[in-house]
Amino acid sequence: MAYLLKGVSILGAAPVDLYIEKGVISGKPVDGATVVDATGLIALPGLVDVHTHLREPGREDAETVETGSRAAALGGYTAVCAMANTSPVADTAGVVEQVWRLGREAGLVDVQPIGAVTVGLAGKQMAELGAMATSAANVRIFSDDGFCVADPKLMRRALEYVKAFDGVIAQHAEEPRLTEGAQMHEGEVSTRLGLTGWPAVAEEAIIARDVLLAEHVGSRLHVCHVSTAGSVEVLRQAKARGVRVTAEVTPHHLLLTDELAAGYDPVFKVNPPLRTASDVAALRQAVLDGVIDVVATDHAPHAVQDKECEWSYARPGMLGLETALPIVLSVFGPQWDLIADRMSIAPARIAGLDGHGGDLTQAGTPANLTLVDPAASWVVDPAGLASRSRNTPYAGMTLPGRIVATFLRGEATVLDGKVAK
Amino acid sequence: MIKHLRSAADLDAATATLILDTAAEMAALSGREVKKLPALRGRTVVNLFYEDSTRTRISFEAAAKRLSADVINFSAKGSSVSKGESLKDTALTLQAMGADAVVIRHPASGAPHRLANWVEGSVVNAGDGTHEHPTQALLDAYTMRSRLGRLDGLRVAIVGDVLHSRVARSNVLLLTTLGAQVTVVGPPTLIPLNVAAALSASTKVSYDLDSVIPDSDVVMMLRVQTERMQDSYFPSSREYSRRYGLDLRRMKQMQEHAIVMHPGPMNRGMEIAPEVADSPRSTIVEQVANGVSVRMAVLYLLLGGK
Ligand SMILES: [Zn+2]
Repeated sequence: MAYLLKGVSILGAAPVDLYIEKGVISGKPVDGATVVDATGLIALPGLVDVHTHLREPGREDAETVETGSRAAALGGYTAVCAMANTSPVADTAGVVEQVWRLGREAGLVDVQPIGAVTVGLAGKQMAELGAMATSAANVRIFSDDGFCVADPKLMRRALEYVKAFDGVIAQHAEEPRLTEGAQMHEGEVSTRLGLTGWPAVAEEAIIARDVLLAEHVGSRLHVCHVSTAGSVEVLRQAKARGVRVTAEVTPHHLLLTDELAAGYDPVFKVNPPLRTASDVAALRQAVLDGVIDVVATDHAPHAVQDKECEWSYARPGMLGLETALPIVLSVFGPQWDLIADRMSIAPARIAGLDGHGGDLTQAGTPANLTLVDPAASWVVDPAGLASRSRNTPYAGMTLPGRIVATFLRGEATVLDGKVAK
Repeated sequence: MIKHLRSAADLDAATATLILDTAAEMAALSGREVKKLPALRGRTVVNLFYEDSTRTRISFEAAAKRLSADVINFSAKGSSVSKGESLKDTALTLQAMGADAVVIRHPASGAPHRLANWVEGSVVNAGDGTHEHPTQALLDAYTMRSRLGRLDGLRVAIVGDVLHSRVARSNVLLLTTLGAQVTVVGPPTLIPLNVAAALSASTKVSYDLDSVIPDSDVVMMLRVQTERMQDSYFPSSREYSRRYGLDLRRMKQMQEHAIVMHPGPMNRGMEIAPEVADSPRSTIVEQVANGVSVRMAVLYLLLGGK
């Protein structure tokens, strides 16, 4: 089907009529195109999430590839990278191909599996990274996310090994000995609440080690969910030296702070934990400076019983796909070039997802894009989200920016703010 | 009056003083022949204990019974709790039973806060994880006031594993609210990095017990679990007790009127020497007796007893 996006503003530029045909941006008018009134709407390249937990296989009660794909499309995403901490773990070609196939069947976003670095995420033995890379899933990002690859020798080997197929290790930076029993950011609030602290240095020490390892072996490193001001400084110095490191931050770490733990509601429990206001300020600046390359959701659905309990017993994690762009918009305002880069172009580059993050002004660019109404605002209602889970920390908040439509290779996955298939 | 007692921070100075004054009245009444007051007749108090703590449970049970309340003990052993029923489901059961107050002891910090979302009655924190134990702080304050006649301006040293101590947290909050000057003392590994900013700005920190003792009106020793040794908080019990234990030599440095407290159970020979625990300065036995009066006052006031 062909579309005419009438009066659309590409990244805030003057309105144009944008034609889509045969999956790509058309350079000329197309007869019989379905007209979408895009007056007042901003076109962004389809968002790309390098850090999504889809929970399938294993925890289909919390999320499936299909429900997660719906949430992603509604959030303006055209590609998501599915983390490996499923059950079974995505540590073989068989499991990554299963996830990849489920994504194709859902057909709402490109689901790009991430492979585990170590067998069973146990941090002991390297998984068959090459087999996953050459599988149908074509895996390029490897991560034990949920756990840190803490063993320095294993981390070094993994960084080196994936060079053979231009892979990248995405590290969940958390020195496990420094975070035993940790429940929240170590600081004034944890002292007051009597919850075991997760010190910033546990993240910073691993990032410092890993940038040195990556520098030593000349490999690419990606740092997941950076959460502290100290980590930003480590990354800033490493990048200045030319280390091939990229980094992501989540929307919640750009907005929320550890004070929210005060009522012990585990909807605010996440790993890494919410930090302080000064960390939030440093992270925002790092996104503006480019020290942080990517905003990634770390979308982490959890079943009700895993959150409606004591703080210490609750699982860490928050929903993110349907609120990421509005949160980023509320933090940075309508800086469309910045948003497009940090939420689409840079993540597509890091994940090696050709066809995403393209230039919408160029004819022939794959038509992966999303339309946002920046003037509309909406109130987050957990029950109204497409995710199977309800653990959003933004319940009741009014957020700017409504995702009106999303197109995946020229096909509408979302129209009028509703899933189109 | 406040509805719940989840934290000592729920209490302002006036409320805390009212509880202590009421406890004194309760103690006077309990001293008479008639030990039972009709104040909470027809009301139901549930003791919901997820941890073994016979002393605390018995203290609350005695307090509720002396006020003529119906008491239900709901303990983790031999109940649905041990079969993995969630706190929320248990709360809904208690709600259905018409609990007017739930006294909760729980290994997870903040469990009383969660519980208060799910029951209509009052929630009393009887110790949650490494967070707080506000009625212990109230009975400690009560004991100090009865021994020393005041709390305002009193210099109190709290010594030991402050990091993991719910007694310490509640005491710092309550005592500073009531005008006492609190110094927390222990090895740096067991003192939170930011205790003053987190709890009360006037709180002082010292790593040197000997320098604090001569200035203190109250020396409160905290129980130190020997397992902390395995986690490198300190090298050995011997070194701990040498540096932070209260022995006879240190007790002799105390002022004439100064008292020694311990919330129990004690590790005799570790944080406190037997001769110190049994000395006339020690208030340890009184603390237990005062616990019942203070808990009577808390239940009476929270439930608006007549
Ligand atoms: Zn992670």
